[in-house]
Amino acid sequence: MASIDIEGIRKSFGAFPVLHGVDLAIRDGEFVVLVGPSGCGKSTLLRMIAGLEEVTAGDIRIDGKRVNDLAPKDRDIAMVFQSYALYPHMSVADNMSYSLRLRRSTKEKIASAVSGAAAKLGLDPLLERRPRALSGGQRQRVAMGRAIVRQPKAFLFDEPLSNLDARLREQMRAEIKKLHGDLRATSIYVTHDQIEAMTLADRIVAMHGGVVQQVGTPLDLYDRPANLFVAGFIGSPGMNFFEGRYLVSGDHADLKLENDVTLPARRVGGIESGEPATLGIRPEHVVITEGGALEGRVDLIEPTGFGIIMHVTVHDVPLKVFTLNRAMLNPGATVRLDLPRDKLHLFDGEGRRLG
Amino acid sequence: MRTRQLAFTVAHRLAILAYIVFALFPLFWLLKVSVTPNDLLYSEGVRMWPSRATLEHYTFVIAHSAFPTFFKNSLIVAGSTAVTVTILASLAGYALSRFRFRAKYWIVALMLITQMFPLVMLVAPIFKMLSPLGLTNSLTGLVIVYTAFNVPFATFLMQSFFDGIPKDLEEAAMIDGATQFIAFRQIILPLTLPGIAATLGFVFTAAWSELLFALMLISGNDAATFPVGLLTFVSKFSVDFGQMMAAGILALIPACLFFLLIQRYLVQGLTAGAVKG
Repeated sequence: MASIDIEGIRKSFGAFPVLHGVDLAIRDGEFVVLVGPSGCGKSTLLRMIAGLEEVTAGDIRIDGKRVNDLAPKDRDIAMVFQSYALYPHMSVADNMSYSLRLRRSTKEKIASAVSGAAAKLGLDPLLERRPRALSGGQRQRVAMGRAIVRQPKAFLFDEPLSNLDARLREQMRAEIKKLHGDLRATSIYVTHDQIEAMTLADRIVAMHGGVVQQVGTPLDLYDRPANLFVAGFIGSPGMNFFEGRYLVSGDHADLKLENDVTLPARRVGGIESGEPATLGIRPEHVVITEGGALEGRVDLIEPTGFGIIMHVTVHDVPLKVFTLNRAMLNPGATVRLDLPRDKLHLFDGEGRRLG
Repeated sequence: MRTRQLAFTVAHRLAILAYIVFALFPLFWLLKVSVTPNDLLYSEGVRMWPSRATLEHYTFVIAHSAFPTFFKNSLIVAGSTAVTVTILASLAGYALSRFRFRAKYWIVALMLITQMFPLVMLVAPIFKMLSPLGLTNSLTGLVIVYTAFNVPFATFLMQSFFDGIPKDLEEAAMIDGATQFIAFRQIILPLTLPGIAATLGFVFTAAWSELLFALMLISGNDAATFPVGLLTFVSKFSVDFGQMMAAGILALIPACLFFLLIQRYLVQGLTAGAVKG
């Protein structure tokens, strides 16, 4: 097990830059999730840690040792690929023991490591099979088994659940979390799925356009998103935004929309009256109430079983509301809404969080 | 609808049958002439099978002609060429498939250009190059020439097989502790066996039946390969068709055996199950 330090990492493919200076300190035993939309550079960063991509600039240290110029095999890390990348001409047992055989471990050691990992993942009955005789979920398990047979310094996961169906993904997600609880191994996990990020991570690294947007615990990112990108990316259904001008009047502050409607806002520092700002509120925080200050026209109702997602229009701005109130399945043409001040997020003209 | 489908199937099968008959008829004729006694060859008219079949041509070819020498020479030349070309093409094809290096584009273009010349144009210069090296009239010289001509195409063939193998596999191997070469040898090569078999087969048959260079570079029976040897059945005043055809049939045997040997790999889809599919 080891810490991983990333300092000023840059990566360009030819003249095309994909990572613009990433700094990240991952503690020993920590589970860190890199999350972001496709093309944000998260997989590239992971592959650089693995040694599969060259580093354009900056340093990567594993356990304090600079590994920039080390081959993947000398970094002592394990990786689970999105495609699983199982060796098709080898049995499950051989797939799992390949790394130990390359290291010329003794037969007894290999046998005990494979049976230990197989028991942990429930692979015992499959050990003699070839990968093509396995289902997607089983292949995924074998890929995990291959990673845990030797005790590497760190585990890298490159969207390992993306090829599974929803039910299996949920199950494997819990299993990965349990496995991490048992092994306490330093893990870096790449995904574009914010639910996976929220549920698995000790800390989330939200990335966009080759730049780290925010690093923090899942609830940090949910409660206090550092900017508009993180606010919009974390949470489902996504946060609602209103753009306008920030107006201060005494103790109060309001947001004046382009169509001259004002919404209540919070008094925060770092912004002058009259400057452009964006107000955000999560759908689950919008309150539907008889005496609400705003009137919303109901456009669409999406029942999820657990709750209801309502698409409404407030002063020509689309707004999503999430409610557990089943009465809202037939809400009528309009509803009255409140945006509680303590649940509001404010962002300045550049999209940075205020207050 | 049923009858239309049926008619379509029947027409389809008939078309395939017609093609097979068309393709195999020359082979059948080869066999027919090879078992026809000399006295019946011209006297019976056109018949599908002679009224009396004989193996005398075969025994003559094996026992009394230089055919066994030709056969041995061809086996050496085609075998060595196939193995050499496949090894070179595997390495080159892997490099083209996986590595990014300077002048890759130009190397590929150059390799394509070598495939564009009619070989006849190259006979004289190649003779001129090989003769001071003592490589004319030698099997080694033939192997070198055949290898040079077959490597480009075989390289492209192998490259396409390597392209079909996901890069994840060798990356996984490299993370598991393999060097790139070990990953190539232990993970990628076993998965390319069908491609290697195809390349071996292709090059073997090409070298086995090559006539032009064998004819130009070899004089005398000692180093002659079998296509050249076949011509010895043509004399100034007559052609010994029976013996020639018998030799031809015998020459087919190794090629058939060879494909029998490798067909297991040709049809096998070894990569199934490697990655999500």
